[in-house]
Amino acid sequence: MKEITLNIDEQNVQAKEGMTVLEAAQSAGISIPKLCHHEKLIPFGGCRLCLVEVESGRWTKLVVSCVYAVENGLVVRTRSEKIDRIRKTLLELLLAHAPNSQQLQDLAVEYGANKDQFDKESSFCIHCGLCVRYCAEVKQLNAVGFIDRGINKEICFIPEIASKECKGCMECFPLCPTSYLQAAFVLTEAMAFPEASS
Amino acid sequence: MNNERIDQIINNHQAEASSLIQVLLEIQSENHWLPKEVLERVSNKFQVPLTRVMHIASFYKAFSLVPKGRHQVHICMGTACHVRGATRILETVEDLTGIKSGETDLDLKFSLETVNCLGCCALGPVMEIDGKTHGKVSTSGTADVLNSYE
Repeated sequence: MKEITLNIDEQNVQAKEGMTVLEAAQSAGISIPKLCHHEKLIPFGGCRLCLVEVESGRWTKLVVSCVYAVENGLVVRTRSEKIDRIRKTLLELLLAHAPNSQQLQDLAVEYGANKDQFDKESSFCIHCGLCVRYCAEVKQLNAVGFIDRGINKEICFIPEIASKECKGCMECFPLCPTSYLQAAFVLTEAMAFPEASS
Repeated sequence: MNNERIDQIINNHQAEASSLIQVLLEIQSENHWLPKEVLERVSNKFQVPLTRVMHIASFYKAFSLVPKGRHQVHICMGTACHVRGATRILETVEDLTGIKSGETDLDLKFSLETVNCLGCCALGPVMEIDGKTHGKVSTSGTADVLNSYE
């Protein structure tokens, strides 16, 4: 593995080839906000909150740090006026879906996001994909997946698998940033295999 | 649709998971929709999780997860057809078939959809049934067109 040196927030950081900017920052103790990242899972780039500014030549470009690979001599900024402004809007959009999520509220305080900026569209799921990917990649049970597309996209349990496997696992529950996953499971249980809960 | 026919379609594609969409399309065009049993069989045969198959089948508009009629009726609601009275054609077809756009009748004869442009604006208002274009249809003429399908 080749050693790479890059610069994050005016701090020289050692990283290995193939790491992402987010991982390099974390190893140096630099915190970057994120919702869809999990160390055991393949990077997803779903929430976009971890975006950072990367210098390339005379310009800076915005990249999503959880899917951007480190390069030698890369100069990265994790906070700037521009980044904060974008993160604030992203948080406001997410809060329109899940206004009561603790994780989102904490970040909203940090970035000054107003949860009433946009009309409420309470779908509660923010499509971070943590449950879907955890079930597929770590547990390899595939009890929960995405269905439909665009604004109608949602998570959906496969009742036949969920009734057998989920009771004894539930490892994805604490991963969900909004508690929508628990609600979706209870709903599936009530509709498809209610005898287990009575 | 029986299992042998599904297996036959899968085998035509060398049972490779990468041809999942092709197989689903072929089943869709023969069966007009994808029942749960079919998706489960395809999932088992390809060793692709059912969640993935469901994700794909619900993502593309070409797939239907509810039964479709033998004849697909598409009514163009594009600008050119609209000004030539596509709304009235749609209302007439809805009255004649008893179904609204996006629905299928109980006899599984017709499925009705509105589309936004079929690309032959000079023929407007256009109604397409099973890929055959009926141009310059009139409200009185729609009944004849629909009656010519069994």
